[in-house]
Amino acid sequence: MTAVLDATSTRTLTYAEAVREALGQAMEDDERVFLLGEDVGTYGGAFGVTGDLVHRFGEERVRDTPISELGIVGAAVGAALAGMRPIVEIQFSDFTAQAMDQIVNQAAKIHFMLGGAATVPMVLRAPGGSGTGAAAQHSQSLEAWFAHVPGLKVVMPATPADAKGLLLAAIDDPNPVIVLEHKLLYKQSGPVPEVPERVRLGETAVRRTGGDLTIVATGVMVSRALEAAETLAAQGIQASVLDPRTLRPLDDRTIVDSVTATGRALLVQEAPKTGGFMGEIAARIVESSAFGHLRAPVARLCGLDVPIPYAPQLERAAVPQVEDIVREASELVKRW
Amino acid sequence: MDLTKDAAVARETLRTMWTIRRFEEAVDDLFARGLMHGTMHLSIGQEAVPAGACLALREGDYITSTHRGHGHCIARGAELDAMMAELLAKETGYCRGRGGSMHIADVATGNLGANGIVAGGVPIAAGAGLAVKLRRGEQVVVSFFGDGAVNEGAWHEGVNLAAIWDLPVVFVCENNHYGMSMSVGKAFKVQRLAERAAAYGIPGVTVDGNDPQAVHDAVSDAVHRARAGQGPTLVEAVTYRWKGHSKSDKNLYRTREEIESWREQDPIARFERAVAGTLSEVDIAACRDEARERVREAIRTANAAPDASADSLTDAVYARSDR
Ligand SMILES: Cc1ncc(C[n+]2csc(CCOP(=O)(O)OP(=O)(O)O)c2C)c(N)n1
Ligand SMILES: [Mg+2]
Repeated sequence: MTAVLDATSTRTLTYAEAVREALGQAMEDDERVFLLGEDVGTYGGAFGVTGDLVHRFGEERVRDTPISELGIVGAAVGAALAGMRPIVEIQFSDFTAQAMDQIVNQAAKIHFMLGGAATVPMVLRAPGGSGTGAAAQHSQSLEAWFAHVPGLKVVMPATPADAKGLLLAAIDDPNPVIVLEHKLLYKQSGPVPEVPERVRLGETAVRRTGGDLTIVATGVMVSRALEAAETLAAQGIQASVLDPRTLRPLDDRTIVDSVTATGRALLVQEAPKTGGFMGEIAARIVESSAFGHLRAPVARLCGLDVPIPYAPQLERAAVPQVEDIVREASELVKRW
Repeated sequence: MDLTKDAAVARETLRTMWTIRRFEEAVDDLFARGLMHGTMHLSIGQEAVPAGACLALREGDYITSTHRGHGHCIARGAELDAMMAELLAKETGYCRGRGGSMHIADVATGNLGANGIVAGGVPIAAGAGLAVKLRRGEQVVVSFFGDGAVNEGAWHEGVNLAAIWDLPVVFVCENNHYGMSMSVGKAFKVQRLAERAAAYGIPGVTVDGNDPQAVHDAVSDAVHRARAGQGPTLVEAVTYRWKGHSKSDKNLYRTREEIESWREQDPIARFERAVAGTLSEVDIAACRDEARERVREAIRTANAAPDASADSLTDAVYARSDR
């Protein structure tokens, strides 16, 4: 019994509510979909994302697990191979480290290794990022780890609408998809369509258009870049802000087109610079026809190469803030 | 050792438990008033475990601790000033403000670290035990962890290594009935977590974790075996966490009555009754007051200290070579 929804209607939801709505709609639509993870049932999830879903769908489909990340992900891989559509919640993306064998050596490769004879249609959701004072083992931004593994898809929703739409697309996908949510975004609100509308994986969103430079940002850095762009506009600098949304598959075409037009690129990520995903985007830009249009070196603004510290002032200093983006962008435009 | 008959020992045990209680009550209060950042896992109600266990240790011994680690740190003899300063994000904190509650450790007292990763300390404890064994040392390692940790792969691998190599490690499980919201009844098929020891061929015992004497006796026996080269033991101490798991807990998975019934088994009140023949009312009140005063003093000292500095962050990541 699916309720009739108005296809054009949107309302304001928080990012966490948008995720929950996608999970609920996916479970209503497809009996194969089920959730498993630590404290996803009665507790409602460590960040309250699964909320009341256990009351709507029961303990069998909203399945609390012991603290056993490797087992949880492995069980999802097995259930997916055997025809189900599991969605795993890992409480903090840092704890995917415990499950890495099942993610990297199993889920990512089984379809390929078995010559295409089997698929692993599973989703792993996990919150990443700093800003809550949870320190070094609960605050990392590990997207580059996953993006480095062929066979995984990697999604980083930056808005409530994308949190819902990208998750629905991830659930439909016949491959293992890692969805990295951001804990600072859970309480942010925005318009979200009521209908279960998919946002296709592999489409960079142009969040703002401006002719002086292209800012590419992921996760919580998208809203910081947009805020910075407003300040820059007041200083007479017009920035385009692009949100790749999925790192794998990556829509680099849209990025290349934007940089071709602006001639300047500032790439912003929360993760430490070394080995980070913005290095990949920088390479895609300089390998492309945009190279000839560059008026400035491609610039990166990233987290410091440090574990995330506890003290609030240290934590703030470890990752890019709005004022850092404003400063780097205006230097890039003024200098070149 | 009888913790109740000798006045000095009884006083020390009681003082340790009160200090843990008062420290965490103060931290709870600072957090509620918005004066403390991050998150917090309180061990109020579980004080008998670190107090009883650490009395079985001597200088040079090691411990590994957990996210719920303030009690282990205090029972091992850490300075309250440096602990409080860490929580208040001060430069004078044990971790210079870089670690916070989940990483506080006084390395000088053999504390190899609180840990934000469930079961993260278990294989580390085996490794410390291996180092002791390779050096032909006499130290032991006590590894504290919760019931939830016992279902992590790391736990099984760590315990097995300690078992096959006869390492001087005592595995102390603080079974407080829940791993976050998941009850032990749901997370295990075994009745007693100590039964898991059999799978590794080591002794396992279950004791009343709200009685420092029972914890102390079991851990002392295990420490004895470990020092004698007879390998590890699993000690399960059954206790209860009064407060929520962390700051986000709405306690939806347990009843008020259950919490109340465990509050009635307050390990501190029980111990005060047990030492009534050894310590006077005045003595007991003095332990309590002293704990409160020490915690107040720690807050005053920490508040006066400089905030943690962001200047040297990138220098702090790698140790400098001394060669
Ligand atoms: C590997 C890992 N998984 C999950 C968590 C999140 N988490 C922190 S404490 C905790 C519960 C731990 O339960 P238990 O071991 O019984 O210790 P207690 O909190 O009861 O002291 C969970 C799930 C974590 N920190 N690390
Ligand atoms: Mg527990």
